[in-house]
Amino acid sequence: MRLRALAALLTAALALTACSGGSGDAGTSASSGRSGVTGEVTVFAAASLTESFTRIGRDFEAAYPGTKVTFNFGGSSALAAQITQGAPADLFAAASPATVKTVTDAGLTDGEAVTLVRNELVIVVAKGNPKGITGLAGLTQPGLKVALCAEQVPCGAAAKKALDAASVKVTPVTLEQDVKAALQKVKLGEVDAALVYRTDAQAAAADVAAVEFPESAKAVNDYPIAVLKDAPHKAAAQKLLAWIRSDKGMAVLTQAGFQTP
Amino acid sequence: MALLIPAAAGLAFLVLPLAGLLIRTPWRSLPERLAAPGVLAALRLSLFTATLATIVCVLLGVPLAWLLARTEFPGRRLVRALVTVPLVLPPVVGGVALLLVFGRRGLIGQWLDSAFGITLPFTTAGVVVAEAFVAMPFLVIAVEGALRGSDTRYEEAAATLGAGRFAVFRRVTLPLVAPGVAAGAVLCWARALGEFGATITFAGNFPGRTQTMPLAVYLALETDLDAALVLSLMLLTVSVGILAALRDKWITSP
Amino acid sequence: MDHEPVKGLDAQLIVRRAGGFRLDVRLTVAPGEVVALLGPNGAGKSTALRALAGLLPLSDGHVILDGRVLDRPADRVLVPPDRRPVGVVFQDYLLFPHLTALDNVAFGPRHHGRGTADARSIAAGWLDRVGLAAYARSKPRRLSGGQAQRVALARALAVEPALLLLDEPLSALDARTRLDTRAQLHRHLGEHPGATLLVTHDPLDALVLADRLIIVEDGVVVQEGDAATITAQPRTDYVAQLVGLNLYRGQADGHVITVPGGFTLTAADTVRGDAFVAFPPSALALYPNRPDGSPSNTWPATITGVQQHGDYLRVQLSGPIEAAADITPAAAIRLQLSPGQPVWAALKATETRAYPA
Repeated sequence: MRLRALAALLTAALALTACSGGSGDAGTSASSGRSGVTGEVTVFAAASLTESFTRIGRDFEAAYPGTKVTFNFGGSSALAAQITQGAPADLFAAASPATVKTVTDAGLTDGEAVTLVRNELVIVVAKGNPKGITGLAGLTQPGLKVALCAEQVPCGAAAKKALDAASVKVTPVTLEQDVKAALQKVKLGEVDAALVYRTDAQAAAADVAAVEFPESAKAVNDYPIAVLKDAPHKAAAQKLLAWIRSDKGMAVLTQAGFQTP
Repeated sequence: MALLIPAAAGLAFLVLPLAGLLIRTPWRSLPERLAAPGVLAALRLSLFTATLATIVCVLLGVPLAWLLARTEFPGRRLVRALVTVPLVLPPVVGGVALLLVFGRRGLIGQWLDSAFGITLPFTTAGVVVAEAFVAMPFLVIAVEGALRGSDTRYEEAAATLGAGRFAVFRRVTLPLVAPGVAAGAVLCWARALGEFGATITFAGNFPGRTQTMPLAVYLALETDLDAALVLSLMLLTVSVGILAALRDKWITSP
Repeated sequence: MDHEPVKGLDAQLIVRRAGGFRLDVRLTVAPGEVVALLGPNGAGKSTALRALAGLLPLSDGHVILDGRVLDRPADRVLVPPDRRPVGVVFQDYLLFPHLTALDNVAFGPRHHGRGTADARSIAAGWLDRVGLAAYARSKPRRLSGGQAQRVALARALAVEPALLLLDEPLSALDARTRLDTRAQLHRHLGEHPGATLLVTHDPLDALVLADRLIIVEDGVVVQEGDAATITAQPRTDYVAQLVGLNLYRGQADGHVITVPGGFTLTAADTVRGDAFVAFPPSALALYPNRPDGSPSNTWPATITGVQQHGDYLRVQLSGPIEAAADITPAAAIRLQLSPGQPVWAALKATETRAYPA
């Protein structure tokens, strides 16, 4: 019985630290072809890029037969931690410069990161905006339940910046661990409003309504991207980066609600 | 030898991550990090909610275990399988499921809100609900095992002495399986203490109200690995300490 | 149909179980009477006891105690065990391990509406009566087998049951303790005003403790009566073995009984028709050669086995009839007994009983 209790305890302890399970092993065999690029490119990308990057990756594979793009989407900081712990990634796109900086500071990027896109915050509310929210000040209505991201994650930092800029003091009921969780609370009707990225609001347009506010310009979130120094398939990675930054790639991103830098 | 080697490997497998945690802990900055605002509140909230969740699990789980172990009814196998659902369900999914039932628009939550003005999400009570949901199977399984292992003839003897069903349960069954209940409660408490996914999904994350230690650890991990390590270590130390202190008192056979 | 006694137990226990086993036992026990239900393992004794205690519902029949119907499936009456005025002493006592001897005994009175203090004082009285007042605060694991048995008896009697059931009350004890405990049990049963039913497979317990014996085999009563009748006139092999008699069934014509196979035995009694003939192993004498004198009740036999039995030897014989003979060690030496050896058996007609089947 003692052992069982101890085992359960340790399991619980491990569960705390093992929240982010990255698929680190992108075991690949690069056979460089005669012309163009081949091989498998592994991209670690912020969760908010999931839909856009998946599409861009498919386009890229179609344009360069013989290549394969695999993604590891997740929270930016968790991805950064995986990369600094040696996960074999080729390309890293994060939702905040601060997280990329931890990788750059560790000397793991191939040169400086470039800003790929920007994302702004919007207020998401239930469809039809039943509470009549028109701006950040509307979030201070008594009895209104608001979800923000925790300050430790990029969307929370951006929300704080925007609220500070507007001199609005909001008392949220919860500080969510990521933007999708905040959005989900609105979708489920558990909260009346949340501050999320425009891209997330756009992806959920079927379930929620977005309210733009002017102060969002003060809290723009940059998405940096960088090829990694120890990339197993650097040539292909660079090709993919160029493709993403081309008009074709940017069109996909702006369509999803991102802004060009 | 045939048993010792895998046993040692098993122990190493369980203990090495703990060692990793200890090695990497920033001992020098430990005191100031422990004094950081919110740490104590999160720890206090964790201990409080885990204990309350354990009490809820004992009150509801022991009768449920009794039902599974001592009665025959159609569909009992199915019920037993359902009891283990929270074990296999990813906790985050559990949290969403709880929202769908107890949330503001949920099956029961809607009614709780309109009839009593009670809302569980984003409250400390919500944390207890999430933890109890995830931890209950540990208690039910432990107690059912204890009940199946105990001699039902003692219960028959009590019945011939005039004790009704409830009196038999309270005065004979329960004392006989007390060690099993204690072991189950300890497992349950440990699981509740480490609960993360269901809690953050169902109860959200707000310091002092719903931010338990695992949530604080997770968010600290976003920006500051050292802070996360210190918090984890603190949670471990306190829980292991409490379990060790309780063990001799509770988990002894009569 | 039957005239039902107003007092005591009147039961027709019919229990059908999966696997084809069927118990069908009629029994009555008057207040103050001690009846032993005796039979081999698997005969249905425990089933009968459980049915009487209410731990097993009857398939058919009835249990009526002091005029009150406790179980009668035909009328859909079934009183649960906790509402029956029945006390049980279980085979391994089943004293609650977490309670002291005193609280074990007080358990019954407590659940019969007595307050804690009241129940404890009743319990203390009973512990005193079984001579265990000094052990009131002991947990069951600190008690010896004999002490635990007495606590179990006190616990069952403390509710003043109209029917006391004892399930193999002495079988868990070693031989020495058994002797003392049996004597004490005899005294306490004698003082119990209610009906007592004792279930056992030990004939000695039954003979010492019971006023009347009911013998069950394969779920049915095969013989019933007082100890003297049953020991003198067994009606089945099981009973004959229990009381240590050789038993045969055959057709009698006066003193001569013809058993299947055509062999004849001569008895002192006069019987006609279907009959039993029984004799103790000590009534058989063995000789190396055909004995002189009376030609009746002698036959050639073969030794199939020899066992030490107290201070004599029990010899198993095959031949026209299977029989057991008890001989002295001196006679054994003279005969040079060994399995497979042919001998002559001679039976004294004066010790041979014949009675109608």
